[in-house]
Amino acid sequence: MSISLEEVRHVARLARLKLTADEEARFAPQLANIIDYLGMLQELNTDNVPTTSQVTGLTNVTRADIISCAPRQDELLACSPLPKEDHQLLVPSVFS
Amino acid sequence: MSYTNLTISTAHQMLSAGKISPIDLTKHCLEQIEKTDPTINACITVIKEQAIAHAEDAAKRYKNGEPRGILDGIPLSIKDVFCIRNIRTTAASHILENFVPPYDATVIGKLKNAGAIFVSKTNTDEFTCGASTETSAFGVTKNPWNTETVAGGSSGGSAASIASGQCLGSLGTDTGGSIRQPAAFCNVTGLKVTYGRVSRYGVISMASSLDTIGPLARSAEDCAHLLEIIAGFDPNDSTTPQVPLKDYSMEAKKALPKYRIGIPQEYFGDALTEETKIAVESAAKVFEKMGCTLIPLSLPHTKYAVSVYYILSPSEVSSNMSRYDGIRFGPGPKKIPDDLQEYFFAAREEGFGDEMKRRIMIGTYALSAGYYDAYYKKAQKVRTLIIRDFEEAFKNVDALLTPVSPYPAFKIGDKSQDPLQMYLADTLTIPSSLAGIPGISLPCGFTSEHLPIGLQLLSPAFTEERLLQLGFHYQTATHHHLTCAPITI
Repeated sequence: MSISLEEVRHVARLARLKLTADEEARFAPQLANIIDYLGMLQELNTDNVPTTSQVTGLTNVTRADIISCAPRQDELLACSPLPKEDHQLLVPSVFS
Repeated sequence: MSYTNLTISTAHQMLSAGKISPIDLTKHCLEQIEKTDPTINACITVIKEQAIAHAEDAAKRYKNGEPRGILDGIPLSIKDVFCIRNIRTTAASHILENFVPPYDATVIGKLKNAGAIFVSKTNTDEFTCGASTETSAFGVTKNPWNTETVAGGSSGGSAASIASGQCLGSLGTDTGGSIRQPAAFCNVTGLKVTYGRVSRYGVISMASSLDTIGPLARSAEDCAHLLEIIAGFDPNDSTTPQVPLKDYSMEAKKALPKYRIGIPQEYFGDALTEETKIAVESAAKVFEKMGCTLIPLSLPHTKYAVSVYYILSPSEVSSNMSRYDGIRFGPGPKKIPDDLQEYFFAAREEGFGDEMKRRIMIGTYALSAGYYDAYYKKAQKVRTLIIRDFEEAFKNVDALLTPVSPYPAFKIGDKSQDPLQMYLADTLTIPSSLAGIPGISLPCGFTSEHLPIGLQLLSPAFTEERLLQLGFHYQTATHHHLTCAPITI
């Protein structure tokens, strides 16, 4: 069940990571080693076992839709290093 | 006088009696940071002026005989993943190195109202992903007991700051052992709470089905005082159930019932060093002397826990890290590409360190088409089996007693080149994290090389008071927790 260099490149692309050749060479055997180890779960029969995605048992937690003014808009905008215009952030264009 | 093993409880008595002032105490901690941090590197940011200003306010309250409670005027450090308004919060990552949040995390607001004083933001593995603080973008934190060894992780900065006398307590986060293991490595007491007991609003996420927030301090009693302030339902965190709170510090001091304490055999396997085994077994005998019964038992799925964790937690990490794209968070690439996709690639390549890239890739792999059933779904099923192990055990026992870590603090660099070995460092803390149950890490002795050894106690969900009570009574019978690290002398 190990992972090939091709798969490492594919996964990196899915994860929006651009790896250098040096990183690929370093990560591929490390990831293969880890994924081989994780394979031990296959030896367990889990046919009738339900999945656990969370442990609180809480479902559909809602609260009143009340607008709070903290933090203020200008404070939030100040968190971003991007340029600002008319109380908005300027981001790179999606379509060139 | 020396404040280096001063507990919060004792400090509050001294402050109330006017024997010391919050200003002296805070200045002492800031001086201790100046003295020890060039060696230890526990702090990412030191909060000097604001700390002194807040200490002056606390001094006035004590002078008027109106302190806000036991935490008033107490200097604390805070792991650098908690948002404090107008204080830089980095998650030890380049991608957030200039992030200054405009709001307080819920628990930070609660501590501020209680009068606590923040002296530093402490080092951690990047986005809390690690067991040694070696993956921090701000350099490794060194262990105050031996500076060639790691302080543990990911809350290594928090544990080391207490052990170096830089503060009286700290807040950390624990996803797979990140409070308990550094506490054990640095001779500090650390509490991992039940999942959902403490609000995570305003705390930078790692793995959302596992992350918890808890205190580190010099005693179980101090952890109880901190928990009392930070615990509880929060409308801003939909994962906090409305389970009633306890008066934790009062419960901790109640006479110890004849608890049945389970000793799970899987936690005492071959990987355990002899010295750790001896120290933990003699700690068990202390509980026996106090009237508890030791019951050997088995948690059969223990060996699968690391595999489950290293599928589920990187999957959640890969999802949580998608917001760091150079637009929503992060400074963006140095050279702006024409194409938006390339912008994301470059921002993330420059912003994340190796371990984050590895975890994001493991998670993306486990969630990708063709592997989802074999890895992610399979791990979710085995998580159920691990939870059932604990449920079965707690039918017969009130708590479980184990080592925190198979070995004491390891040498810096020893495991950082082999990620799998680093993951296995959390073998004994991960199963309880998957089950969402609470655990406490208590100092229980030293190796022949004077490295601290930690004892772990686990109990059913929402019974933190039982762990704090066991811890309080253990620390009444022993004095390991008050032994000072060489750097403080």
